[in-house]
Amino acid sequence: MADTARDPPPEHTDFHELEDGEEDLFPEPTATEEESQPASLPAEDISTNSNGPKQDSLFDDDPEDLFAEATEEVSLDSPERDVLLSDGPSPAITPITPPTSVITPRIGHAHDDMFTRSSFDEIEEEEGGDSFDIHISVSDPEKVGDGMNAYMAYKVTTKTSMSLFKCSDFSVKRRFSDFLGLHSKLASKYLHIGYIVPPAPEKSIVGMTKVKVGKEDQSSNEFVEKRRSALERYLMRTVKHPILLKDPDVLQFLESSELPRAVSTQALSSAGLLRMVNKAADAVNKMTIKMNESDAWFEEKQQHFENLDVQLRKLHTSVESLVCHRKELSVNTAQFAKSAAMLGNSEDHTALSRALSQLAEVEEKIDQLHQDQANADFYLFSELLGDYVRLITAVKGVFDHRMKTWQKWQDSQMLLQKKREAEAKLQFTNKPDKLQQAKDEIKEEIEELEGKVQQGERDFEQISKIIRKEVSRFEKERVKDFKSIIIKYLESLVQTQQQLIKYWEAFLPEAKAIS
Amino acid sequence: MMEEAKDEASVLSVHGDDIKVTEVLKDGDTLTFLIISKKLSGTGEYHVDRTYDDFEWLQQHLFAQEDVPGIQGVIFPPLPAKPQVNASAKTMKQLGILGLGEWQPYCKAMETFLRQVAAHSVLCRNKAVEVFLTSSAPPGRQKIRKNIFNRLSQAVEEMRKEGHKDVDEFFQTERDRNLVLTSCTKTAAEKFLDMVLTEQKIAVACGHFSAALHLLVEPGEDADKQAFSRVCVKLSEVFESMKKNMTSVAENNMSTLGLGLDLESRHQEAEKEMLFRRTCKLVELESTKRNAEKAKPVKKLAMEEVKKAAETEFEHICRVAKQEITRFEKVRVEMLQQALVQWCEKQLLTAKESADQFNKHLQVFGGMA
Repeated sequence: MADTARDPPPEHTDFHELEDGEEDLFPEPTATEEESQPASLPAEDISTNSNGPKQDSLFDDDPEDLFAEATEEVSLDSPERDVLLSDGPSPAITPITPPTSVITPRIGHAHDDMFTRSSFDEIEEEEGGDSFDIHISVSDPEKVGDGMNAYMAYKVTTKTSMSLFKCSDFSVKRRFSDFLGLHSKLASKYLHIGYIVPPAPEKSIVGMTKVKVGKEDQSSNEFVEKRRSALERYLMRTVKHPILLKDPDVLQFLESSELPRAVSTQALSSAGLLRMVNKAADAVNKMTIKMNESDAWFEEKQQHFENLDVQLRKLHTSVESLVCHRKELSVNTAQFAKSAAMLGNSEDHTALSRALSQLAEVEEKIDQLHQDQANADFYLFSELLGDYVRLITAVKGVFDHRMKTWQKWQDSQMLLQKKREAEAKLQFTNKPDKLQQAKDEIKEEIEELEGKVQQGERDFEQISKIIRKEVSRFEKERVKDFKSIIIKYLESLVQTQQQLIKYWEAFLPEAKAIS
Repeated sequence: MMEEAKDEASVLSVHGDDIKVTEVLKDGDTLTFLIISKKLSGTGEYHVDRTYDDFEWLQQHLFAQEDVPGIQGVIFPPLPAKPQVNASAKTMKQLGILGLGEWQPYCKAMETFLRQVAAHSVLCRNKAVEVFLTSSAPPGRQKIRKNIFNRLSQAVEEMRKEGHKDVDEFFQTERDRNLVLTSCTKTAAEKFLDMVLTEQKIAVACGHFSAALHLLVEPGEDADKQAFSRVCVKLSEVFESMKKNMTSVAENNMSTLGLGLDLESRHQEAEKEMLFRRTCKLVELESTKRNAEKAKPVKKLAMEEVKKAAETEFEHICRVAKQEITRFEKVRVEMLQQALVQWCEKQLLTAKESADQFNKHLQVFGGMA
């Protein structure tokens, strides 16, 4: 087992009891961080983090793969499009690199503090000196293997000046399931305490099958490029999050030459089906949680995100239609170019024939411009909006977790109330010899429950606090994100027009020279 | 050139190259065009209203000039097809770019028709033209009997004659060339139309996107919210500019090269009609020759007369046709050149304006805090 003594605080086991019937999708970490508190931390509120990110759970014995997700085609609207939570780094494979990510502090004491909720705030301020300077690119997709076992390997290159990393310029090879594995680890650690974990890119059976089967056509090339771009955006979004950036799994993902294979992301399994069943149960639970929202901010924000979700989806559809038309225009332009060339060939009048041939050439070039513009439409706007729709799903998830946290707290309170009533009733029992024993038992239970209630309240306050920060960060990032994309897009628009000007200026003398 | 046939021939009293079709009024399926012509003498103008049916009346009169020798050798200026509400697919295909419902190009096409009629040395002498352009009362609506100029009514067996081998190399070459050009031009015009339709779709999509962005604008004093709202509003303006750009590009396409290709296509068809008429006459001539040869002595003289008449008519037609072909070649090259030059100039201007506009937007975004 682990070097450090890890006794789960008594509260944890009770949590399992409370979630009746529901499969434990939120496995509590078996460790607390009391042992690894550095002296520099302020004494206040170093809560035993029951909901904090898991310590190295390699040492957990949880061989069952309960969290495999069915690899179906998922659209933005798919209800299955939910967070894949893992029980941490894959337990099925012995990692090649020793679990240094947790034990070896690479950035000094601050590293170990990460798993203390309250110290997250301090970390953000402490690391203020090391300004955010990291650029990740995903490139060189390479097919590895043959047939249905083949997969695409991508090169992940990190360029950075931050002291967080061992080097300033390094790359590793990763496959798609590695990205999913990373996301699943981050989600299981951070989502339920209120952090908006950027969602991983979508799976696609159809797309990948084409690639595996070796179809080297335009649609499979487009698929690989679309995926590559999505993976890059995913990583950049993840590292932009100050907490996630420092997560050992993230660092390991970016730096380790070998990564244990994430098997829990594999295709259809009984566990995957089980998860789908649980999601249905989840949905029912959600409907029955009637939270007394005392904080208007949350109500307003929740409504706001609902609206944003609807509007963004509309915009996304709108852009997809634009992309479609743009591609159609490219096809039409190419066809017109061909017909103009034929017309030029059939034309006897020399000068007119030449002009028509030039016209055909110009139209071919314009076709290329349309294709480039369609790519800009897609890769800039369509994907941006798609990313935000998916991101908002994560945001809504975080709000749901807050509700669940509230529910747990309320449940403990109710149970405590019942026990107190039971205690009061004990006074009137007519079995005096058993009375003392019963009284003691109940007193013990009440103490336990009181602790739980306090913990529940702390959890609720903590998640609320974190969500407020996260939403604020989200709204700031959103502005930056949109602006930078729009600027790129405008640059593409300007460039297209400038190219057109060149083409028309070259053609004009040809047209004038006809007679 | 052409002899003055009858007293009915008149001289046009207006400037043929300055006829304008300035407006069109739509009332259900009835279209009324406003036509303005400048008087040759003095500074006056004629303003007349004419419906599409009036144009057809004019065309029929031109077709019906059987007393003008060699009239069948004329390449008649083509009249655009009649636009209809809820037009059939066939009609839409016939109309091509003129079927898009944009009235400016359609008026221009009608205007071109009138100008070409007025510019034609033979056709302009027909009294109907003068009446059409200058009479304040609408021209008579009496139907003229259908004639062989209306190809659609031609019997199926006539169509077989289209491939009949020619006796004259000049005409055989012209027929072959015309056949190829007619189909190439038609295809090019169709593909061009497809492009224009897609450009219009893109313009509409940009408009939708621009409007939808306003729904993202959030009220509130929060700085980040306000910043995002500003971004959305500005982006909406960008897409509005994109819409304007695409709309301009489509309009430029329609009003210049689109019209040009359409006119060229209809012109090639008109030449095809003329060549076919001549071929039919050739077939007829050959048949009269055979009849004259085979005729029994009692009928021989009559047959010879028929043959001579056919020969004369054929000669007239060939003479007129040769002139028409030469003129046609010159006119169509000029017309296509003009279309290409105007198209290029307009698109160049639009591209410059759009580049400017997008640059302005870029600066706004760059300067945004």
